[in-house]
Amino acid sequence: MEIRFRVLFLIIALVTMSGCAATKNLFGFGQEEAPPPSAEPPGQVIDPEVERREIKEPKIDREDFEVGGFVGIMSIEDFGTSTVYGARVAYHVTEGFFVEGTVGQSEGGLTSFEQLSGGARLIEDDERTFTYYNLNVGYNILPGEGFIGEGRAYNTNFYLIAGLGSTTFAGDDRFTVNFGGGFRFLFTDSVAFHVDFRDHLLDIDILGEEKTVHNLEAHLGVTVFF
Amino acid sequence: MLEPSTTTIPLTYRRSAFSWCACLVALALLAIVPGHADAADESLRTVAVADPYLELHTGPGRGYPIFHVVDRGESVEITMQRTDWYKVRAENGVEGWVDRAQMELTLQPDGQEVDFEQADLDDFTNSKWEVGILAGDFGGANIISLYSGYSLNPHVSIEVWGSQILGNFSNGWMGSVNVVHETWPDWRVSPFFTLGAGVIHTSPKSTIIQGEDRDDQIGHVGAGVRVYATRRFSLRAEYKSYVVFTSRNDNEEVEEWKLGFAFFF
Repeated sequence: MEIRFRVLFLIIALVTMSGCAATKNLFGFGQEEAPPPSAEPPGQVIDPEVERREIKEPKIDREDFEVGGFVGIMSIEDFGTSTVYGARVAYHVTEGFFVEGTVGQSEGGLTSFEQLSGGARLIEDDERTFTYYNLNVGYNILPGEGFIGEGRAYNTNFYLIAGLGSTTFAGDDRFTVNFGGGFRFLFTDSVAFHVDFRDHLLDIDILGEEKTVHNLEAHLGVTVFF
Repeated sequence: MLEPSTTTIPLTYRRSAFSWCACLVALALLAIVPGHADAADESLRTVAVADPYLELHTGPGRGYPIFHVVDRGESVEITMQRTDWYKVRAENGVEGWVDRAQMELTLQPDGQEVDFEQADLDDFTNSKWEVGILAGDFGGANIISLYSGYSLNPHVSIEVWGSQILGNFSNGWMGSVNVVHETWPDWRVSPFFTLGAGVIHTSPKSTIIQGEDRDDQIGHVGAGVRVYATRRFSLRAEYKSYVVFTSRNDNEEVEEWKLGFAFFF
């Protein structure tokens, strides 16, 4: 940006911030100040003896947060498949939408090149740990019920998630986009089982040229609402 | 020599085991007590049906079928809330989910209205705290940011930001403190200006041979909008222009665009 634009920008910002009171009055957008209370109310004839209605707010146990752990398998492209485990926390904004944060860890194996070449190693062993975090937005696309026998019904949801985050693998932090879907089975109204499938996309350049890799994950989880 | 250690270790173990037990008991108490401590609160959770009937759904959502109705005059106990749905227990023990619109038509046992708290545009303007997540582009690199803000008044707030920068050639972290000014905070789409300063840490990627880690100071100016979405949820979009005060001859200039969401409370 050119210097003069930046200076102009800065001046606008400074004027609006410092001259907050002055500006809002100037443009008439500020809240009007209440007139000073007069000593005697002018010409009041009837004194309204209406009791102020007291509206009470019940203290209800809100259970919009969901926290839990998961374990499953993850296929790290070129580095084999291994166990993945992690934790999840979600906040249900409406009956449809939720936001979710996940962290997880898996371990990359040897690439086929490393297996065939004998001793050669592309990355150090301690760089094979695949650690990720993601921030996702989710939507309960198919809320429903599951029945076991004649007398038991459990609430269920199919949901879709998409989001972004970062993955630490092969010595670097890598920008990661992930998306997927899952099935939530509410064992009680506060305890849920999950089955999730996700794809973590990231760019990696350690095998010659830079390419986008798909790292597929399937996991089972348990969460508790609170 | 072994004897003292064998006596010492179990002691520490016992102490830590005890503290764990204490923690667990305390947690259990915390979980139980709020439900039963306040008799007044408990009475508030029982409401009488004032509409011709109250519809109980099998789950907390529009699509779940209505399987039971509670008639006018009967009372129900509210046991749980999830988003805009309330789980209630009728006098005959049947439990189901009722939406907010119907719950607002119930009355307290003494005939007064019950207020089911719901955040609105007014809370969006006057809330003290805000936490949000934004992501976008920082001079060609990807950036993910987390921030927390405190409002000194509806117009002015102070924010602390932490960001992770993920680029093709280098990665980094950035932390900054901002002052944010909203000229019309009572608008649903509320524009703001921001000024701030902080530090940036950059380290070249492991595949880049040259270069070393750097810590630099930054200053920035920016503008954006906060948009009230629903409940305690808002959206935010912003542009910031950064100046990185490097130790070289020229300062760096970086432009940043970000989009994300926030919760206020």
